[in-house]
Amino acid sequence: MDRLPPKERMKISRSSMPEQDAKDRARNFLEVNLGLPVLAAQHEAQRCLDCADPKCVGACPVGMQINDVVTLVLDGDFIGAAKKIREDNVLPAVTGRVCPQENQCEGACVLGKKMDAVAIGYIERFVADYERETGNVGLPDLKPSTGKKVAIIGSGPAGLSCAGDMAINGHDVTVFEALHEIGGVLVYGIPEFRLPKDIVKNEVENMKNMGIKFETNVVVGKTITIDELMTEEGFDCVFIATGAGLPKFLKIPGEHLGGVYSANEFLTRVNLMKAYDPEKYDQPIYDCRGKNVAVVGGGNTAMDSVRSALRLGAKNAYIIYRRGEDEMPARKEEVHHAKDEGVQFMTLVNPVSFLGDEKGNLKVAHLQRMELGEPDASGRRRPVPKEGSDFEMPLDVAIIAVGTGANPLVQSTTPDLDTTDRGYILADEETLATSKPGVFAGGDIVSGSATVIRAMGAGRKAAKAMHEYLTAQAPV
Amino acid sequence: MYLIKEARFLAPDIKLFRIEAPRIARKRKAGQFVIVRVHDEGERIPLTIADSNTDDGTVTIIVQNAGKTTRLLNMMEEGDSVLDIVGPLGDPSHIENFGTCVVIGGGVGTAIAYPTAVEMKTQGNHVIGIVGSRNKELFILEDEMRATTDAFYPMTDDGSYGEKGFVTNKLAEICEKQKVDFVLAIGPIPMMRAVANVTRDLGIKTVVSLNPIMVDGTGMCGGCRVQIGDETKFACVDGPEFDAHLVDFDTLIARNSLYKEKEQKDLAEFQANPLVVLEQVRHQCRLDQVEEAIKARN
Ligand SMILES: Cc1cc2nc3c(=O)[nH]c(=O)nc-3n(C[C@H](O)[C@H](O)[C@H](O)COP(=O)(O)OP(=O)(O)OC[C@H]3O[C@@H](n4cnc5c(N)ncnc54)[C@H](O)[C@@H]3O)c2cc1C
Ligand SMILES: Cc1cc2nc3c(=O)[nH]c(=O)nc-3n(C[C@H](O)[C@H](O)[C@H](O)COP(=O)(O)OP(=O)(O)OC[C@H]3O[C@@H](n4cnc5c(N)ncnc54)[C@H](O)[C@@H]3O)c2cc1C
Ligand code: FES
Repeated sequence: MDRLPPKERMKISRSSMPEQDAKDRARNFLEVNLGLPVLAAQHEAQRCLDCADPKCVGACPVGMQINDVVTLVLDGDFIGAAKKIREDNVLPAVTGRVCPQENQCEGACVLGKKMDAVAIGYIERFVADYERETGNVGLPDLKPSTGKKVAIIGSGPAGLSCAGDMAINGHDVTVFEALHEIGGVLVYGIPEFRLPKDIVKNEVENMKNMGIKFETNVVVGKTITIDELMTEEGFDCVFIATGAGLPKFLKIPGEHLGGVYSANEFLTRVNLMKAYDPEKYDQPIYDCRGKNVAVVGGGNTAMDSVRSALRLGAKNAYIIYRRGEDEMPARKEEVHHAKDEGVQFMTLVNPVSFLGDEKGNLKVAHLQRMELGEPDASGRRRPVPKEGSDFEMPLDVAIIAVGTGANPLVQSTTPDLDTTDRGYILADEETLATSKPGVFAGGDIVSGSATVIRAMGAGRKAAKAMHEYLTAQAPV
Repeated sequence: MYLIKEARFLAPDIKLFRIEAPRIARKRKAGQFVIVRVHDEGERIPLTIADSNTDDGTVTIIVQNAGKTTRLLNMMEEGDSVLDIVGPLGDPSHIENFGTCVVIGGGVGTAIAYPTAVEMKTQGNHVIGIVGSRNKELFILEDEMRATTDAFYPMTDDGSYGEKGFVTNKLAEICEKQKVDFVLAIGPIPMMRAVANVTRDLGIKTVVSLNPIMVDGTGMCGGCRVQIGDETKFACVDGPEFDAHLVDFDTLIARNSLYKEKEQKDLAEFQANPLVVLEQVRHQCRLDQVEEAIKARN
């Protein structure tokens, strides 16, 4: 397709994502967004001004060559576009669905200053889906084998992206994962209706075809230590990407009651263990049908939990957030989706305690209204309780989604690995090298909870340094 | 997939398995457990490692019929495989020379207590064993326990074997006669609570192994949280052994019955046609094996 002159391009308005009707989707686990058809994707690509110095590329944590991808889409070479994406991004079908593009590529798009930014995420998703649906995968070429063994601990986006780059560079890569499925938060956290698990499976298959080995059911620190991997199993280099998987609770009375969950547990039961399909799967989950369910928090995890509860049949599904809606860290699209589906937002409210019945099951939440005071360290205005504003509401299920911390299993069994006082691993900003020679770390276990694409960026950064580290060693 | 190398009943409804899992066999210590997922549609269930063999790379688990998953597992035979096994999880038992130790096992809890009893003996403790069960038929690991203890007292609820009575009767009797420095009690929650009540006033250090419902077993979900004094602990990483005098047993009992309805429904459906389910699991397992073999050939 020929590019239109810039004036014409600017006349086209941003495409909207076709989605399942809000009423229907609020009761099923099928994907909400349906993806752009070919013509619409090319139409959207026409909107790109083809800047000489594309700001979007710089704003992408993995530096995807977005301008080239857009050109290939306009040319109708969708597999070529996929291959171009894969040079920088091993999980295009995933990031096209879950990236907060408004803060990254699309946030930097020059069009965005005057009108709506190019829908880069929609184009990316289109290319990745086209590739998968036609079964014609644009896998990158691999360099000749170096004979060096690389261990990746954790199979979330940071681990997978590092594994991809290391395999391209010719190294022998094994990914070790504690759970029985590969994908980290992509399989246990983010729900089916936002990221179908078959898509993650498919990306993992692509990586297996690049020669990457996967070992599930290995809890590093318990099943084997990093030192044992390096001495007994001959790994030359290790990348730790264990994520920030330790759930935080509110530390208020009543949190032990039946019906009170960490978001991690609730989402793991629903996604990894497929509790949403009780006819087929054994994993139980508290029966949400006809119940009042509230999720405490305002991030992506909170939105995923509340929308899952709705789909499990909740009568009322609430978000309880102690700041205002503008302060919510969730992707804007998810907040809109949640509202369209009927989620009720209670902002500037915070739980004080949970009360149960004689069986030990949650029945009532005791809450308090908040107001915004002075800005805190994060620059957001600090919520402070309003005197005498306490109230109660009937509640059967409460899901706590107020953030996560660092899981200490690897750190506590690797003596020469330096950590911060909150238990995150200390890594060099440029190389992601840790205090232990040959060991690198990245993703949420270094940065604290962030995003899929930032974790992938960290995986790439580490891969570059790890490749240099291995190349500097004597050849095998 | 992990091969079952040996499977045999120790008592009706209680079966011993040796499963091939060399990495786990090498690392495990007394008091640690594994999480097993039998098949793709199943739950992840925690089971204590009763023993291991580094020569053939197997771990031993001893499983009592409870609901669907344990019953399905107990229908599996040598040559079958389980889909997933992960571990060793949890902190190992704290072993030292306390002096005189009483190790109490109730039902399948005996299998959980046994490896720790062995270690206690190795550390030079004077070990007294008390094992309780409902009746003679359900009595397990008697020879093993006798061989590791300096004195051994079998107890049954109906008096069909050993003495009639509860393990706590025997414990109180022993404590009256001699100085006891340490008690380990593993069994049904009411038994562990009763033991804690006996030793609390006597000031005897007592440890119990808690069995809350678990999912991941790595500290990621918090589903296994238990109240220990005024602290919340995750049993899978901070336990499973805790100071019996600080445990909030009521909360544990309540949390363990959270999913009764679904458990009972799944169990009833399973028991209507257990062999069909077993065959499906075996069939899927063979398909997976074929697929693995094809991949390995390519
Ligand atoms: C519910 C939810 C929704 C989210 N939604 C979005 C979104 O829409 N967009 C977005 O950009 N970001 C989102 N995020 C954030 C994003 O998912 C994370 O920032 C990202 O996954 C971090 O990647 P990671 O590779 O560092 O870690 P993870 O994805 O956490 O993966 C770590 C992996 O390591 C494994 N592991 C841990 N310890 C060990 C061990 N000792 N041995 C072996 N394996 C181990 C874990 O089991 C896990 O599989 C969301 C997060 C959650 C929880
Ligand atoms: C650390 C630990 C070690 C254990 N060791 C052994 C052992 O060596 N041998 C043995 O026979 N049993 C052991 N158990 C108990 C065993 O895990 C449960 O009997 C089993 O999970 C029941 O599953 P089910 O599907 O057969 O029964 P269900 O019908 O699902 O449940 C029956 C009861 O078992 C408990 N339970 C259910 N699901 C889980 C779960 N995912 N995690 C923990 N408990 C659950 C609940 O109290 C429930 O009411 C142990 C438990 C823990 C926590
Ligand atoms: S089982 Fe999930 S934290 Fe213990």
